[in-house]
Amino acid sequence: MNSNVRRKIASAFLIFGFFVLWELLCLAFHVSDVVLPRPSQVIYTLIVRFPAMWPHIFQTVYTTLLGFVLGVSIGVVIGVFIGWSKLAYDVAYPMLVGFSSIPKVAVVPIFVLYFGAGTVPAVLTALVMCIFPVVVNVATGLATTEPELEDVMKTLRASRFDILWNVGLPRAMPYFFASLKVAVTLSFVGSVIAETVASNRGIGNLMMIASASFDVPLVYAGLFVLAGLGIALYAIFSLVEARVTGWAHRKTEFAMG
Amino acid sequence: MSTVVKFANPSPADTGSDPEQPQISHADSFVELEDVTVTYGRGKNVVRALDTTTLRVKAGDFVALVGPSGCGKSTILKLVGHLIGASSGYVYVAGREVGAEPVRIGMAFQNPTLLPWLKIRDNVMLPLKIVPPFRGEYRTKRKTEFRDRCDALLKQVGLDGFGDKYPWQLSGGMLQRASLCRALIHDPQLLLLDEPFGALDQFTREELWAIMQELWMTRKPTVLLVTHDLREAGYLANRICVMRARPGQIIDDSQIEFPRPRTMAMTYEPEFVALNQRLRELIVEARGAPAASAIPEATP
Ligand SMILES: Nc1ncnc2c1ncn2[C@@H]1O[C@H](COP(=O)(O)OP(=O)(O)O)[C@@H](O)[C@H]1O
Ligand SMILES: [Mg+2]
Repeated sequence: MNSNVRRKIASAFLIFGFFVLWELLCLAFHVSDVVLPRPSQVIYTLIVRFPAMWPHIFQTVYTTLLGFVLGVSIGVVIGVFIGWSKLAYDVAYPMLVGFSSIPKVAVVPIFVLYFGAGTVPAVLTALVMCIFPVVVNVATGLATTEPELEDVMKTLRASRFDILWNVGLPRAMPYFFASLKVAVTLSFVGSVIAETVASNRGIGNLMMIASASFDVPLVYAGLFVLAGLGIALYAIFSLVEARVTGWAHRKTEFAMG
Repeated sequence: MSTVVKFANPSPADTGSDPEQPQISHADSFVELEDVTVTYGRGKNVVRALDTTTLRVKAGDFVALVGPSGCGKSTILKLVGHLIGASSGYVYVAGREVGAEPVRIGMAFQNPTLLPWLKIRDNVMLPLKIVPPFRGEYRTKRKTEFRDRCDALLKQVGLDGFGDKYPWQLSGGMLQRASLCRALIHDPQLLLLDEPFGALDQFTREELWAIMQELWMTRKPTVLLVTHDLREAGYLANRICVMRARPGQIIDDSQIEFPRPRTMAMTYEPEFVALNQRLRELIVEARGAPAASAIPEATP
């Protein structure tokens, strides 16, 4: 516990020290804010221009979460189907691997082709980015049911649905929630990429426009917002994971014996 | 079939079976394997796990299956539990071809396989959620009648007050007790136990033997117990079948006549030790290994 606290303090110092060093180096070498703004300038820009940035932030969060929710829903359905049926697994797996190995950025132009620039491509990109980890984790979770437990259920004449409902799905929950924090980060990436390429709203778009007009502090302010959002989304879903699936981690805290 | 060594009693059922009508089983057998062969795999990898084996078990009997690993003990349990099918021959349970009639079966393994997200009580009540007729009443009775029934059973195995704990809060021996409760909660007619005490220390194991004997004497299910421990077999079973591997066959079938309730002290009496010794020699022979490399736990 003590070493844990010390590690956390060290991490905080490292992060803080990084920004201090950045600030000091810029001051020492008189780096212009058109080349590399100091963190303090970035924060200042962020505060002063926040009202103008807010709609963009909202847009990015909105497209990320919408794409995430849709993607996770689809991912769960596919994951359960594949994890449940050996046949579906064998048949669908090669295709899934194929799809997952496509760089997702490449699909943005296709979405723009059909839906035009704007919100829809961002949502769809966020959606396709987050499906695969959910599918894989849910299917894996279902597949980890101990064969002996399955035997117990089968001798009780449990239907396949009984086994899925009472054993498979709860067993897959930790895998599902572990995939959520990865999935939300990927959705976020997808959404920002789509905004950068083809949108007139969102932080990605804001950064593109700012960089075109050499408003470098604003570009960095956008980057800071993205970093903050990314961390916040990851943290929220880590927390949800720890809350919902505590039983999966208990064993390490209490000795068996 | 190869030579059958008969010891205390001859084979329980005489060979009056009618080969013309394999669908009709022996009246007094609850479990019956008729010339059953099971092969796993195909082509070059084919394994004959069980070879033309016949075994008849009376209702309410307690049969132990012992033998070297890989001789098909688990395969017999899986056949009777209708988890696999016979490659040839017939398997009957409760007078019907296995799987034809719903028979309540309880099963427990070396690994307790409790569900980590459920409290012990909910784990034990899992069969009531699945098996008719309890299934239909589960929602209304799980907080009343079923709960009492579960707590009574937990008390009987020495887990009084542990119903609200989670599996990770219990020791290995306690988990195995809970696993036995789960196998018994739905009042099974047939109990299939695959080395249920194999992973426990000596003292916990002996404690559980006593509990197992009591559970069997009060409820009288038909039990098939797979074990490596000859003392365990001698203490618990009415009948011990010794098997050998490749091909898997029953090479010896002995009635165990010691009076019940049996005690731990009894397992050190000369008669008991002699039985152990004889079974041990059979198994060593079946393994095809020199007698010096003893079977683990063969002698006290
Ligand atoms: N699913 C399986 N596939 C292939 N071979 C198997 C399978 N299950 C068991 N066997 C083989 O069948 C034989 C008997 O297995 P088993 O009944 O589990 O033995 P025991 O329980 O007596 O140790 C062993 O040789 C084992 O390797
Ligand atoms: Mg086995």
